[in-house]
Amino acid sequence: MENEQNVLEIRGLRSYFFTEKGTVPAVDGIDLDIPRGKIVGLVGESGCGKSMTAKSIMGLLRAPGRIAGGSVLFEGRDLARLSDRELRRICGRDISMVFQEPMTSLNPVLKVGRQVRETLLVHDRSLNKQEARRQVIEMFAKVGIPEPERRYDCYPHELSGGLRQRVMIAMAMVCRPKLLIADEPTTALDVTIEAQILRLMRQLRDETGMSVLIITHNLGVVAELCDLVYVMYAGRIVEQAETFDLFDHTAHPYTRGLLASIPRIGANPDRLHTIPGVVPNLLHLPKGCAFCNRCELADEACRTASPELVEVGPRHKARCLRCQKGGNA
Amino acid sequence: MAEANEILLQAKGLTKVFSTGRKGQVVHAVSQVDLTIYRGETLALVGESGCGKSTLGRTLIRMLPATAGQVLFCGQDITAMNDKQFRPLRRRLQMVFQDPYASLDPRMKVRDIIAEPLDTYRVCPSRDETTRRVLELMQAVGIPAEFLNRYPHQFSGGQRQRIGIARAIALQPDLIVCDEPVSALDVSVQSQVLNLLKDLQQQFGLTYLFIGHDLSVINFIADRVCVMFLGTVCEISPKEELYARPLHPYTSFLLDAIPKADPHQRDRHRQVLAGEVPSPLDLPSGCCFRTRCPYATDRCAAERPALRPVGDRLVACHRAEELQLGG
Repeated sequence: MENEQNVLEIRGLRSYFFTEKGTVPAVDGIDLDIPRGKIVGLVGESGCGKSMTAKSIMGLLRAPGRIAGGSVLFEGRDLARLSDRELRRICGRDISMVFQEPMTSLNPVLKVGRQVRETLLVHDRSLNKQEARRQVIEMFAKVGIPEPERRYDCYPHELSGGLRQRVMIAMAMVCRPKLLIADEPTTALDVTIEAQILRLMRQLRDETGMSVLIITHNLGVVAELCDLVYVMYAGRIVEQAETFDLFDHTAHPYTRGLLASIPRIGANPDRLHTIPGVVPNLLHLPKGCAFCNRCELADEACRTASPELVEVGPRHKARCLRCQKGGNA
Repeated sequence: MAEANEILLQAKGLTKVFSTGRKGQVVHAVSQVDLTIYRGETLALVGESGCGKSTLGRTLIRMLPATAGQVLFCGQDITAMNDKQFRPLRRRLQMVFQDPYASLDPRMKVRDIIAEPLDTYRVCPSRDETTRRVLELMQAVGIPAEFLNRYPHQFSGGQRQRIGIARAIALQPDLIVCDEPVSALDVSVQSQVLNLLKDLQQQFGLTYLFIGHDLSVINFIADRVCVMFLGTVCEISPKEELYARPLHPYTSFLLDAIPKADPHQRDRHRQVLAGEVPSPLDLPSGCCFRTRCPYATDRCAAERPALRPVGDRLVACHRAEELQLGG
């Protein structure tokens, strides 16, 4: 590990899909640090590679996708090089994951309490079932599930979407992980329930000191919750900064376009800002900067040279030729 | 609103009940809704999942038969008509669906998808004429003419939604029900489609019923907003007033819950709504929001609040005047 303050360090991670039509660079050489006790946001639009990054950390890539290079250092061990068996001992216990869709992530024919208990029993062989049950009910109460004793014996279909997501969070938290990865944890939920879940995640971080990686497309969620933000576009990090810095001193034209596209209450424009065009096909990326076809500032240089991620401020980096020439684009 | 308050569509005591299959057990998806849509406006229906907003939207244009109550379209009661009588009106009431992947037939070309309503109503005298009209519609929604013979899978989500919109405007309808048309889209594409909807409204004088759950999207597109909770209307207000001073406690909670894309607001005082939505199979007595409402009194449990005027707004809350709610 380069820095003892980090619980996870990703270096040069490349995750590719090897398809008949060619190699798809879904994650193309990203560096990402998750400091202890911090909430880090990984934000981008569909297909930018943010979920692939999470799956790469957890060793959940399936053929034709696989890690093609780079390292994922967790407490000094490279997860990308561990065998499935070794990885399984870490994932679920020290690193756990909450998925987007709480209905399809739970087994519909098992009681939810038993599903959470199973996680505990797998990772701690010394526990007996009664003690595990007690710990699960304690965790249910902690994540705000009302009547935890009764809910223990419920099937997933008997619970609302918000409660199911709380069960998923309880399952992820029950082994007291050092790192929680949450992939769009509130996207399937209503706003009032989303507010409850976001508050819960921050509260759990404050109490346990765990680190959190939140994967989201919603810049509102980032603004509410994250300490640090990474913005991804076409498989690469295009900007990274502390949250306040990202919103106050946005450097990359893509991030700026995203922020301007959000309709905001209070402002009543006749038209919304748009980013022209669509996300490029990863099989046919434009030469030079991946964003150049959609960027208002792009010039000839942007279409030929691929920009590096460079420092544009304290702990603030952007991948843009315009930024490299000095100051914000 | 474009024209001077001409009523286009009006619902009176509209109720939609679904049977669950168990004997005697029913779900009140929409109960006793009174609603008016004026020509040229955008009325937004907002609420959380299961509040009945999509069911209401579909019942209003007779895609679902109403259980009770009336819908008057241009003064005619469409709920009392038989299918033959309704047929000439059907073309004037169209819909744009939420899922741009499921709402287009994957085996039809773009030309045929957009031409289908034109053919059904025999609008154009010849096939060439139909194709010409399809090309006009494609231009109106921003799909390049050379994509005429492509299939839906060759398009992105945003482009597919444009195709769905072209199909909806093909017959020059009076009212389009847009059921969460941008919920499945990314932010940058979402803003393109929202701008398009606004442009088309001006160009063709359309009236929209815009169903959504995202109050910041609705703030951009709507003229008036109708907030729903568990099949009933909580509040109907002009947009500016609703956001500045909500009258119903539920509206205020909804506004407060939206994640704000500004980290400087993260430590603002927030009221987070406790608890879960009650089951629509087993509604609370009186006001259906009272089990989650911090302002509920005995009266709220005893008496269902009617939708009543407060100024130029409508609200269903016993305590609307005395509560000072924040936007």
